[in-house]
Amino acid sequence: MPLIRVSLEDFDVANELSRLQVNAGAVASFIGIVRGDSHGMALRSMTLEHYPAMTEHALAEIANRAMQRWNLTDCTIIHRIGRLKPGARIVLAAAAGAHRKAALEATTFLIDWLKTDAPFWKREELSSGESVWVARNAEDDEARARWAE
Amino acid sequence: MKILYFAWLREQIGHAEEDVIPPPHVTTVGALTEWLASSSPAHRKALTKRDSLKVAVDQTFARDDTSIAGAREIAYFPPFTGG
Repeated sequence: MPLIRVSLEDFDVANELSRLQVNAGAVASFIGIVRGDSHGMALRSMTLEHYPAMTEHALAEIANRAMQRWNLTDCTIIHRIGRLKPGARIVLAAAAGAHRKAALEATTFLIDWLKTDAPFWKREELSSGESVWVARNAEDDEARARWAE
Repeated sequence: MKILYFAWLREQIGHAEEDVIPPPHVTTVGALTEWLASSSPAHRKALTKRDSLKVAVDQTFARDDTSIAGAREIAYFPPFTGG
């Protein structure tokens, strides 16, 4: 059963990965971190907003797709919201299966699809005091398209 | 029906949600968008950036020709940038 969570709180990486070890031969993970700079300037903070009524369903759909496609034993998507400082963890995508190939590929799939299909928006506050909404990166759409069946 | 705005759409329009009763001829997402755009200069400005505008009807992605019959919640937002 995939674990899906949207939270203001940080997550414990070791706990989350241990949970995935049950019945698995391989666990792979991706952790997204708030970078310290943007637009050539120091970043003061990043604020993540989402569409609560839609988010968990969208994440569950991505997770279930990965479960079926790679025959995973389990997977996890945790996404934080609210105001985060540079260095903070934003997201955990992790997949567990019998062998490394399935776990590694499924992890990449989870984060690629999350970027394009889950209703989150980032706003960056720069050291200049300016605040900007992050624009969609065309590379993200290409990354998602690679997984077309 | 309830209309929701997210991210820069919310900021440009000035509020996160509004309750509306569209006229009978407004039966699709495209027509609703046009009708909402006519409600204020701020709506007009935000809702005409159609290529960077996504719509969900009752939490499911929709297109301009999607019917809004019986819909309870319609959300407007820019492309997602999470992860």
